[in-house]
Amino acid sequence: MTSNEARGLSQARKVLGSTWARGLVGVAVFVLLAQALSSSAVVSRSVLPSAFAVLAQAVGLLGNGQFLGDIGATIEAWAVGLAIAVAVAVPIGLALGSVPFVRSATRAVVEFLRPIPSVALIPLVALVLGPGLRMNITLIVYASIWPVLFNTIYGLDDVDPVAKETLRAFGFGRLDVIRRVSLPAASPFIATGIRLASSIAIILNIGTGVLTGRVDGNGIGAFISDLNVGSINTTQVLAAALWAGVLGLALNALLVWAERRLLPWHHAYFGEA
Amino acid sequence: MAARWVVLAAVMLVWQAWANWRQSSFFPPPSAIVAQMHQLWFSGPASHLWLTSSAIGNVLPSLGRIGGGLAVAVAVGGPLGIAIGRSSAVSGYLDPLLNFGRSLPTVALVTVFLVVFKLGDQMEVAFIAFGTVWPILVNTIDGARSVDPLQAETARVFRLSAGQRLTRLVVPATLPKFFAGLRLSVSLSLVLMVIAELTGSTSGIGYQMNSASQSFNLPVLWGGIVLLGILGYAMNAAVLGLEHYVLTWHRGARRFTN
Repeated sequence: MTSNEARGLSQARKVLGSTWARGLVGVAVFVLLAQALSSSAVVSRSVLPSAFAVLAQAVGLLGNGQFLGDIGATIEAWAVGLAIAVAVAVPIGLALGSVPFVRSATRAVVEFLRPIPSVALIPLVALVLGPGLRMNITLIVYASIWPVLFNTIYGLDDVDPVAKETLRAFGFGRLDVIRRVSLPAASPFIATGIRLASSIAIILNIGTGVLTGRVDGNGIGAFISDLNVGSINTTQVLAAALWAGVLGLALNALLVWAERRLLPWHHAYFGEA
Repeated sequence: MAARWVVLAAVMLVWQAWANWRQSSFFPPPSAIVAQMHQLWFSGPASHLWLTSSAIGNVLPSLGRIGGGLAVAVAVGGPLGIAIGRSSAVSGYLDPLLNFGRSLPTVALVTVFLVVFKLGDQMEVAFIAFGTVWPILVNTIDGARSVDPLQAETARVFRLSAGQRLTRLVVPATLPKFFAGLRLSVSLSLVLMVIAELTGSTSGIGYQMNSASQSFNLPVLWGGIVLLGILGYAMNAAVLGLEHYVLTWHRGARRFTN
């Protein structure tokens, strides 16, 4: 081996060693494998479309006004639903977390409601409210409340008692203690709850759309449900699902960014968790 | 302790009184829902453990599909997670794919699964398995990464075979994280089961709820919601119990060898 070749090899290794390059290689190999699988005779093409076709279709969807509008509708339902859920769940969580009696008294009701899978409410809410934006947001709010609520309570459990008692000793009232110590200390937990709720909200929005079809507020799910009329266009469904996954990642990144902006002291003290 | 049951009973009573007063067809009183659930599912002959034919034909298949889907997800996600987590190179190659797979909303793919697997148990099991494998996989990878380096070195010094290192070191260190993933997957499996059965199915709890909503049979619809809540609670409790049992055993074993 000449020294040039050796240098080339070590450079190649360095490139492969960086996380970005490795990730890219992984994705490329996956796409090629999927392509090879669909073009071989193992599965028929009508059942599993080729990976290249899905990617091409996904790029094509970016020029589809209807699809872009539906992404907007999903983001709208997500944002409104999540905002209402936070506005409801954080105060309830603060009440349950700081007054032990209220928490133990409501425990049975909460334990009863929590395990109900929120998608099971889709047919009921569709009958009561009728399909549309209101139903969509109602379901998102119901499903998103739980992670935010429980994380708020966990966060309050984690508050340093010395800090609370110091404030009490200096004559601050209960509300002041919540505002100055408990809420700031619990906010990283609340942020985690909001991120959990975010992915649940997307699942519900798309699930509702797939089940009830094109009505106001149904977004990407409605787009997919349109594709299901007649013979199903799996290539387009997969392409739309691909963007739904990207949307989920993007909204999560947005929340992480907002968390860093709003709670910089948390990251400064505890590092990048 | 007692207050929680008083509060629950009070909520039920208020709902009962309100529903009787309003006679709303959307919100039947709890007594009507319970009566409907009993008549629909639990009024069968003693020889069938009091299950009705409707329960045998719908509730049991739903549970079977959840069990099958979760079993596949555990069988794939567990070993694969350990394999990926033990190699930093492999996890480097797969990280973006795994992150993407986890954020992919499986519900969007329900029709694709219908096309690929046709209507029936096979489709539902595959759908549930695909959706629930991600939390198990991602958490198992995390757990396998968390093996204490000192313990790994010690195992090497004592020339433990690869098999021994796996069963005595890697698997026990991975289990707590694995169970964290499994708990997420269990609640997710109910969601996926309901979605699959509401979309296209010829049996199951979701199927019964779908036909109930089409025939405007609100008590059955509510009964389905309550039953799913009970199942969710029971499944979560079962996983917690299993986790407690398995992890206690490991902790005990560790203490013993120490």
